[in-house]
Amino acid sequence: MQKKRKTLTDANLLLTITIVVFFLMYIGAILFQGKGFLKPQTFFNILNANAALLILSCGMSVVMITGGIDISVGGVTALVSMCCAVYLDYHNGNVLGAVAIALAIGLAFGIVQGFLVAYLDIQPFIVSLAGMFFARGMTTIVNTNPFNVANEEFVALKNVRIIIPGMGSLNKLGKYVNAYVEIGVIIAILVVIILFCVLKWTRLGRFFYAVGGNSQSALMLGINVKRTKFLSHLLCSLLAGIGGFVYFMHVGSGAASHAMGAEMNAIASSIIGGTMLTGGVGNIIGTFFGVLSLSTIQNIVSSAGLDQAWWTGITIAAMLCLFLVIQSVVMARKKK
Amino acid sequence: MKKLLVLLGIIVLCLLAVGYFGSVTPVENIAGMEDEVPGDGIVVGFSQLGAESDWRTANTESMKSTFSEEKGYEFLFDDAQQKQENQIKAIRNFILQEVDYIVLAPVTETGWDTVLQEAKDAGIPVIIVDRMVDVADNRLFTAWVGSDFELEGKKACEWLHAYTKLKSIPAENIHIVNIQGTIGASAQIGRTASLRRAAKDYGWDLLAEESGEYTQAKAREVMGSFLKQYDNINVVYCENDNEAFGAIEAIENAGKRVGKDIESGEIMIMSFDSTNAGLTDVLEGKIALNIECNPLHGPRVQSIIETLETGGTPDKQAYVEEDMFATDTSVTSITVNGFNYPVTKLTEAVLKERTY
Repeated sequence: MQKKRKTLTDANLLLTITIVVFFLMYIGAILFQGKGFLKPQTFFNILNANAALLILSCGMSVVMITGGIDISVGGVTALVSMCCAVYLDYHNGNVLGAVAIALAIGLAFGIVQGFLVAYLDIQPFIVSLAGMFFARGMTTIVNTNPFNVANEEFVALKNVRIIIPGMGSLNKLGKYVNAYVEIGVIIAILVVIILFCVLKWTRLGRFFYAVGGNSQSALMLGINVKRTKFLSHLLCSLLAGIGGFVYFMHVGSGAASHAMGAEMNAIASSIIGGTMLTGGVGNIIGTFFGVLSLSTIQNIVSSAGLDQAWWTGITIAAMLCLFLVIQSVVMARKKK
Repeated sequence: MKKLLVLLGIIVLCLLAVGYFGSVTPVENIAGMEDEVPGDGIVVGFSQLGAESDWRTANTESMKSTFSEEKGYEFLFDDAQQKQENQIKAIRNFILQEVDYIVLAPVTETGWDTVLQEAKDAGIPVIIVDRMVDVADNRLFTAWVGSDFELEGKKACEWLHAYTKLKSIPAENIHIVNIQGTIGASAQIGRTASLRRAAKDYGWDLLAEESGEYTQAKAREVMGSFLKQYDNINVVYCENDNEAFGAIEAIENAGKRVGKDIESGEIMIMSFDSTNAGLTDVLEGKIALNIECNPLHGPRVQSIIETLETGGTPDKQAYVEEDMFATDTSVTSITVNGFNYPVTKLTEAVLKERTY
């Protein structure tokens, strides 16, 4: 029992660091770059652009907490976007049908990958690597050329803006513009809240931590390890389906190159958020701040007008390095 | 726990220190700069679609050198890595940063209405470069700078017409295949349309058209299958240099020769872009004609901004000047739409002088 409490304390420490770093970074951005970052819309734009990544990262965190990994989520996102785009534009589909397609693709990937990992005991990395190639390949088979969706019902949904009351800023002409978020952000926040509750207060959530922490002990405690692993992969892929649709709602197009590297960003966000690759430690709130930190860095680099795109990569690498060092220090202390 | 607290304390202190010193220095700099330039510089935000080719890099460089600090500009650059979502994000950032002008090199033609409307609402003029945007309301952007792709195609066709007439090759003996660019790209549409029209007008035999997606690998594949299907091809119309490289490879692999001498069985390659590598092939005689697609858009954009700054209305469309290069000097100039265009004979010296 005591061990468990300690783990939580460690997790809380990692979480605190993540949150502190995010706020410092944002304050730094305001000091460095001034006016852009002072506007609330800049923050909400970060949310708008990264709602899908947030959902993907939540799923990734669950799998990582259970001790696995899923690198197919980016591919699933691209596949969902393309299938929905083709369905809406070439087959005169409606938005509800597109949502169903997105969920079905997520579920299908979750069942197959979860089964292979949990019941056939194949390495999750290999399984999801195959899943990634399959999803990317299928995307191109569904349609080779990228295109923007013109379906009116969908475009209307895509352009829905939820006004944040009491927040806004003056634009260049001196006109007051309200801050807004897209629907995807609401969905992402809901996912964060639901997953937070599941991980914190449900049996299943506890099982995820137990299996990831030490699957042998979990088995001895009478936890169905296989089922738990299966469910974690199912949940992750289902969230990839949802995330895929949110991504699709944000970009409004289908393309084989969509969400390229999103799985790596999701893993990076989870790690920055304090989730450990070794399993058993992690927190959805941390993941939330992990995504925010990652995307704020990207925003800072782009706002600074640095002409080389690789600066983003280098900064993220430095951040990951910092967090991995902190994590290993925490781990080393735990072993004592 | 104690050690941990110490560690945490150190990290926070480090970050604070970085944040503090980091924030102090640039603030001073900004203050200093403002003293030097009282009428603060014009801020230009440029959203470039990527860095996929030499052409694109030259395009970016042209913008950077045009909007330099010495000339009184502040230049913000964003590389979208071939993704429209990144470009939309960058434009939104530019709007929030209250830049004075937004320059956009769009990755695709559609899907820009919403974000361009946002820029318009914020009173920021948008100048489109290179590819065109397809928006419901043309007032959403101020001006467009780029190449006249149809004219490029016409120039190529006129040259072919003049050349074959000079060598007295009958039109029905000219068997052309077209390796098209990425379907739907402005350059593909313009260049393909010109070839189709010319083939009809002059009675050329246009055997087949297929997309090589602007890449060497795909063009090699397409040319390979063309060579298997038709044994009488003598002109290959490639819609960019990379496709020409692929076509040359395929032809040489099939044991045939490339060159301008089509009467003696050589296959003539015509290409667009005039990148350094493409012109090297012209010098070696592998590409017979290479039509320039000028990436140096910076000065044209600057003149539009200057017009706007003085309260004027710039032209909606501004074309950049473009040259054409050939190995053969028998055709010295061609006429399209009443304008005379000289054909440059490519030499080492000409190639060395070029910036891209």
